[in-house]
Amino acid sequence: MSTLTKYSAIPYTGPAPTNRKPYVPADAAAHDSRGEEIAAQIGAGNVEQERGQDLPTFAVDKNEIVNVLTSLKSAGFTLPLDLWGVDYPNREKRFDVMYQLYSVEKNERVRLKVRVGEDEAVPTSSRLFKGYDWYEREVFDMYGVKFDGHPNLRRILTHEAFQGHPLRKDYDPAQRWLLTEQGVAKLEPKIDERYKNEDTDFERVTLNLGPSHPATHGTLRIVVTLDGEKIIGADTEIGYLHRCFEKMSETHTYQQVIPFTDRLNYCSAIINNVGYCMTIEKLLGIEAPARAQHIRLMLSEFMRISDHIICIGTNLVDMGALTNFWYLFQPREEILGLVESCCGARLLPTYTRVGGLAVDAPSNFLENSQRLVDMLPKFIDDVEKLVMTNRIFRERVDGIAPISAEDALSYGFTGPCLRACGIPFDIRKASPYLGYETYDWSVPVAEGGDTYARFLVRFEEMRQSLKILQQAINRGLPPGPVIVDSPYVALPPKEKVYNEMESLIYHFKLIMHGIQPPVGEAYFQVEGGNGELGFYVVSDGTKNPYRVRVRPPCFPIFEAFAEMITGQTIPDAIAALGSLNIIAGELDH
Amino acid sequence: MPIQKIENSDSIIPRKAGVPPGEGAEKGLLTLPGESEREIEDLAGATYLTTKLEKVVDWARGNSLWPLPFGTACCAIEFMSMVSSHYDIARFGYEVVRFSPRQADLLIVAGTIVDKIAPVLKKIYEQMPEPKYVVAMGACATSGGFYRAYHVVQGIDEIIPVDMWVPGCPPTPDGLMYAILKLAEKIKRGEIKR
Repeated sequence: MSTLTKYSAIPYTGPAPTNRKPYVPADAAAHDSRGEEIAAQIGAGNVEQERGQDLPTFAVDKNEIVNVLTSLKSAGFTLPLDLWGVDYPNREKRFDVMYQLYSVEKNERVRLKVRVGEDEAVPTSSRLFKGYDWYEREVFDMYGVKFDGHPNLRRILTHEAFQGHPLRKDYDPAQRWLLTEQGVAKLEPKIDERYKNEDTDFERVTLNLGPSHPATHGTLRIVVTLDGEKIIGADTEIGYLHRCFEKMSETHTYQQVIPFTDRLNYCSAIINNVGYCMTIEKLLGIEAPARAQHIRLMLSEFMRISDHIICIGTNLVDMGALTNFWYLFQPREEILGLVESCCGARLLPTYTRVGGLAVDAPSNFLENSQRLVDMLPKFIDDVEKLVMTNRIFRERVDGIAPISAEDALSYGFTGPCLRACGIPFDIRKASPYLGYETYDWSVPVAEGGDTYARFLVRFEEMRQSLKILQQAINRGLPPGPVIVDSPYVALPPKEKVYNEMESLIYHFKLIMHGIQPPVGEAYFQVEGGNGELGFYVVSDGTKNPYRVRVRPPCFPIFEAFAEMITGQTIPDAIAALGSLNIIAGELDH
Repeated sequence: MPIQKIENSDSIIPRKAGVPPGEGAEKGLLTLPGESEREIEDLAGATYLTTKLEKVVDWARGNSLWPLPFGTACCAIEFMSMVSSHYDIARFGYEVVRFSPRQADLLIVAGTIVDKIAPVLKKIYEQMPEPKYVVAMGACATSGGFYRAYHVVQGIDEIIPVDMWVPGCPPTPDGLMYAILKLAEKIKRGEIKR
């Protein structure tokens, strides 16, 4: 509680607002010098380095992009993290097509920009990185940028009757187009040559799984061609939950975007909140207080456990093991109860704010957490004992729907699905945030990349999260506030607003004009339930973000699904789908 | 133990053989909600009762809804919470979740409906046999929620008729449970005729 005086002095003496000043990342110089080394390695003639960014950034001519990507790939940048667009309508070449690559060995990132005009096409890089197939389709859908030589350049998120390209700045955010049943396109999966069997006695059947299907957890559409029981061709269609997150972010203020981020991966909403808020904090150059960071970390780990519980529980339901689902939902309800005690909401809490948390955690937060941490291992052990040694279960998951480490990297896998292929890439270790580097824990990996390996990784990750949580509880909550003391970012306390002129003005300004970060672009990533959850934000100094791009971990994982299930049977495909933990809100943003 | 007859109530009034129907029976009104145990006890002791057939049918329908969850987004997770162990909708008898529209009579639209899936929702509704009831769960299904956007249906009543709206983003499992019980009341009162 702050002290109230009748005639209060100005409470804040920090720096003035940063309106319209350029954003200078703290580590820009290091990225610039590293960028020069990379440029020299891949041939400096092809690229033009952009300095003062939060990653080594290069502007590339569109005719050179495939060459540059090839040389980057041979230089170790084997993980295609993201490909997205930004629209600057006042520029002569209005679109930026952005690429981000990651090198697992060197643990570093690089960003490429290709500037194109409205009628220009970019050569496709989908042959180089399998994952870029869908990303290019998304850029085409959202911006209308064409990709030369793309095998299947059609809309991906919006429906067949959609007109125009919604993420262009001149597209009205509320302009809808009607799709009728007649307009729905028929999908005909391409038959895999390896399984083409002309002498078969069976009739070939093309079968639709979804969009409304008990096993598709959300709205996905999978079309399979069957030869007997074997899937010989598969195709997937997404966009059935495209809720326009990115366009909505552009029409709301920075604080108002936080509830939208909850609804990306709704099984672990707080991790999304943390990721988004930390991106804006990076752009503002501020850091949340220690107490807020500690609570963020603890709730993130609880949410990760809850996310894995839903994944494992529903996956087992699809395989007929209903008991585990009911059994595991009990501790999950307790976790949601803990979240509810912090902020009043269960599933989608919107608990964090830019600069900290909405409210402080209750006084019995640590006791409740300790009770949960004591209780959870029994549930995890029981379920693991029940299924992992069960012969029926093992025969349904062992060696089913495998993906090799090279393919997983080429698609852009991150998170548990990549770790199930034996690659120990975890953002919490690779580029720690919230103080993960100060905890003693390890990254679980499994070999094989099959459904069983994904189960193993998820079970072990829950245990590692519990290990982190126990250490966090032992350290105790640091004292102090839960939100930064800056009236240009955080609302002043209500009792001050009612009693002090200055606070009232700050309150009014923040509600009406919002947070106004410096002009620039920033990318920040956290480890979500399914992998790297990244936010890329462009600020033009006004109260609304110019562009918010979310890097959804599910997107490349589901892209690989069609290839993974070809040659398997339908029940195996269902089991594999559950183990990938596809969350439609995140997949379709 | 002999069953006590309740005089002058609005319930289905069971009659012992030979007793002429009284005023309450002619009204043929159903019980108030929450009195179903008494109804059944009454019926058990009776040899015949007088009421309208459709009242009995409505009473039976209201007590045995078979839900089809059309779960698309976050609300589907809360629906899962409602059917699973902690909240347990089976206490009220609505736990027979069916994923085929042919076997269900209660469509629970849980989650955002976007333009791309709208024809699918319409088709599923059309495939359900009569009588059928629809619960729009959550702000998105009700009005599009805070997605006033180029790809989101602004409320499913653009496409299909709705019997019960549940507020919340997402509604709590008890909220959805309350909506289903309210819907059952409406059905038992004979307010919904299809």
